Parts: sequence; C-alpha cells; structure tokens
Amino acid sequence: MSEKPFLLVRDVYKSYGPRRILDNVDVAVDAGELCALVGPSGCGKSTLLRLILGEEEADSGRIEIEGTPVGHPDPRRGIVFQRYSLFPHLSVLQNVMLGRELAEPLLSRWRRRKEFTEEAMHYLERTRLAESAHKFPHELSGGMQQRVAIAQALVLKPKVLMMDEPFGALDPDTREQMQLFLLELWEAQRMTVFFVTHDLEEAVYLGTRVLVLSQYYQDDRGAVEGVNRGAKIVADYQLPRGIANTASKHEPEFVELVARIRQEGFDPAYRRHVREFNLRHPDSFRTLTADEHRES
Amino acid sequence: MTQTPAPRRTPRLWGIHARPGTAWARILAGVPFVLLALGYFIASDIRHRENPDDKLLPTAGQMVAAVERMAFTPEQRSGNYVMLQDTLSSLRRLALGMLLAAAAGAWVGLNMGLFPGMRAGGSAFVTFLSMVPPLAILPVLFISLGVGEVSKVALIFIGVFPVIARDMSGTVLRMPREQVTKALTLGASQFALVYRVVLPQLWPRLIEAVRLSLGAGWLFLIAAEAIASADGLGYRIFLVRRYLAMDVIIPYVLWITALGFGIDWLLRQTLRWLFPWYVAGGKT
Repeated sequence: MSEKPFLLVRDVYKSYGPRRILDNVDVAVDAGELCALVGPSGCGKSTLLRLILGEEEADSGRIEIEGTPVGHPDPRRGIVFQRYSLFPHLSVLQNVMLGRELAEPLLSRWRRRKEFTEEAMHYLERTRLAESAHKFPHELSGGMQQRVAIAQALVLKPKVLMMDEPFGALDPDTREQMQLFLLELWEAQRMTVFFVTHDLEEAVYLGTRVLVLSQYYQDDRGAVEGVNRGAKIVADYQLPRGIANTASKHEPEFVELVARIRQEGFDPAYRRHVREFNLRHPDSFRTLTADEHRES
Repeated sequence: MTQTPAPRRTPRLWGIHARPGTAWARILAGVPFVLLALGYFIASDIRHRENPDDKLLPTAGQMVAAVERMAFTPEQRSGNYVMLQDTLSSLRRLALGMLLAAAAGAWVGLNMGLFPGMRAGGSAFVTFLSMVPPLAILPVLFISLGVGEVSKVALIFIGVFPVIARDMSGTVLRMPREQVTKALTLGASQFALVYRVVLPQLWPRLIEAVRLSLGAGWLFLIAAEAIASADGLGYRIFLVRRYLAMDVIIPYVLWITALGFGIDWLLRQTLRWLFPWYVAGGKT
C-alpha cells in the first residue's frame, strides 16, 4: 500500500447521546477494493458509512479520501441506499442523467442535453435497463430500481461507491442476481466500493476485503459490562477474487470462513481481547489507547 | 348422511360481506339525495296548502322562477346578469386569495421544511398565525384595508396560508433524508436541491393541500362578502335574506356547492394529468 491510503478512517469516535457507537475505529482501504463491512445489527455499520459519506460528523478522529478530509456529501462519493435512492418524480432516464445535468452550468446544460441523454442510455444499456428508460421508478421492481440507483451513482464516476444494505429489501433470487450484477460491474470497472451489509454470506461472497465491525470484544478498560464501549473493527480479511459464481457459496472454504466470522463478530458470548483481533490484512492498522491495551 | 356445507352467498346490501356492484352502488349513492329532495318537497307542499304565500319552503316552480330572474334576465338598471356577476366576483376573490396563499405557503413551507435555520425562525410564528381565528380579525382587515377587494382576498389568504405552509413544511420534513444526500452526491447545489428535487415533489402535495383548504376558503369568502360587499354570491345570499327570499338562497347554495365540487374535480384531474407518478403512489 502507498504512503497515503485511498480511504482513511483514523481514531474515529461517535456517540449518540450517552451511548458510544464507534469506539476508536481505524480503517484504511486501497483504491479498487470491493470492501464489505459487516457486523451484527446495531453495531454502527451504517453510522460509519454515514460518517464517510459526510451525512454526519464524527465526534473526533479523521476521515479522508485521497488525503483530503471528507466534508458534506459531494460527488466524490456516490451512494446507493436500501431505499429512496431514486427521485420518484423523474423517469429512469432523467434519474440517471440528473448527475450530469446538475454538474453543468445552466446555459450549456440545454446544449449538451443530447450528449447527456446518450451517455445515460449507455449506462442504462450496460445495466440492462434500456427498455425501461421512460418508466417512472414506481413502475419498476425492487431489483430494477436498485440497478437504476447504481447507474445513477456511477454516471458521475465517483471516487468511491458507497452502498448501504443495497440489496437488503430484495427477495433472495433477485438479491443473488444483483450480487452477480455488482460483481460483473466491478470486474469491468474496478471502481472502489464500500459495501455495508448485515448479511455475512453476501459480504464474503462479494468482498475482496471483509471488515468486521462488532461491539463484542474485550480490552483492558475493565469488565465486559460497565464500560461504555462502542464497536471496533474486530477482524479484517483479504479474499481472493476470481470471477465469482453462485456455486462458490457452497464450497467448504466459503462456509468455513463465514462460520469463523460469525463467531468473531456476531457471537455475544465470544469476546476476543483487542490484542488477539485478526487484523493480518496488509492494509490493516489500528491505534489503541493506553487504557484499551495496557502493557503488562 | 353427509351434510353439504351451505353455499357461500354474497349479499347485495347488508352486512360486511356485501358487494353492491357498480349499478347498485350508483343507485345507493342517489338514495340520500332523493330522500332529501322528497322530504323537502313534501314539507313544502304541506306548507303551501296551508298558506299559499309561504316563503320558508319555496316550491320548485318558485325556485325556477327565481333562477330565471337572477341568472337569465339582465338587471334593468345595469344590464348585468346578477348571478353571473356574483359568480365571477366571488370566483375572482377566491382564486386570488387561494393562489396567493398557495404560493406563499409553498414557498415558506419549503424553506421551513428544508433549512433548519428557517425552521427555527419561522415555525413558531406560523403556528401562532394558524391559531389566530381569521374571522375574529375580519374587522381589523376592514378597518385597515378598507371594505374593497383587498380585505376579502386578505381574509382568505390569512385563513388559508398558515394551513398550507404547515402542510408543506411537514411534507418536506417527511421526505426521506436519503433524497437530499443523494442529490448532494450527484453534485446538486442547495439551489438545485430546492428547484430540481424538493419543489417538483412538492407540487402535487400543494394541489392536495389546496383541495383540502378550499372549503375554508369559501367560508372566509362568504363571511367577508356577507359583511361588506357590493356583489358576490355571499353578498347576494345575505342581501335577500332580509326579504326571506328562500327561493333565491336555496339555488345559490346549490350553485356554490356545485362550484366547489367542480373546482375540486378540476384540481383532481390536474393532479392526474400533471403528476401521474404521484397518483400512482410513487414514493420510491
């Protein structure tokens, strides 16, 4: 990894009221990764995503993309939410064109309209949505809506595509198709993706890297209960990636890895000490405070 | 002996399983109207048998004659058709008041809903305004704005504006936060966010809000016309009340009702025509 990681999250804390959610979180992600963030529900995955996205601000710590601190949401980061990503009053084509139109000064917007339309149609063809270009979002199925949302976010070529449980509301079949679709797209473009999901199998299936965020761990701050502890990155896996296929979900290695991560991140009874986290990924780093880890 | 289950029967009218069907539903919808008319004309007939000069419940013939006189005979002095003149005056006031209230309400509501600073500054005041009973400040309007058109339009505006503003700001507040974030990641400026994303989604709700507050608009209009005016539907009703001219009042009330119904129908058609995605429940 280069000196400056592509995406850097360093010493980030975030609390909602008295409850600490993120507790000294450190993440470094290289460009071109399909980075999946998993964790039990309520662990703060979406909070971390919102901090990177700029929707919310960390209580302390640094979040940078290519060395520049992230500010409010901007076109450097594309986003696909589980729902509400599309604008209901715009047709599919208009939804996809919107990014280019907004970036263009008013005067030349009209002049370049044709060019934008062609470009948007190109994206729609690639996401196999060309026939639906003139439909409104409510006329599409959930899977198609999410494909439009992905095309809509990609048109502006964001540095990183953020996805917050994008397939969480889809039925299992559609979900599988969408996973394949995302992989194909990623293979073709090698864009950086930051993918948040609570579905462990989905994370392991998609990710070139799987980050596990969990509140189930222990450290030197004292007893398991009684300390206002938030979630940390408890494990960090690098995964080999060929052209994936659905069958690989049944291979023993896959099943075994999923089981291991489930124990590490999702089992409240299994609390590893911060010293023992599995953070062998080459990009992995972390800074512990003296309280969290006392040299004995 | 095996017992065959009773065949499933769907009643036409009674019970929760009833399925009236289209034709029956139409007939049933007409029943209360027919009953009302029937009751009225029977009562009217009884009274007229006792006293041919009864003014309280005019007969159909008397009302037709009154409509003939008000709507289809030019007034001797000015040559105007009185009912047409009244209708145009009233509709102009109503349209002006509602349009101004809708425009201002949408603008203020949008700003309050989208921008926390505007919300902090405006929401208490708009809530306060909405609590002021408009009819109670009608004298203030007459004193300060005179008894001309301005005060009547102002009354409709003051009565309807806070309702629309609050509805609009609520609508914007209920818009998913994701939409705003998404627009920002697509490079929208705050200006573009307002005019490309929020406002276009607000229009259909504005039409709905106007539909709902039209009843209130009519109330304020008629109240203002009743107190100080030289023409208008409300003015006419309160004028002829002095002569107990029920034969004029009843057709006028029916006419106002029909106008209200017609405007509502027009707005509903506009909604379906301009915002098909909204009518189809597009809430992606």
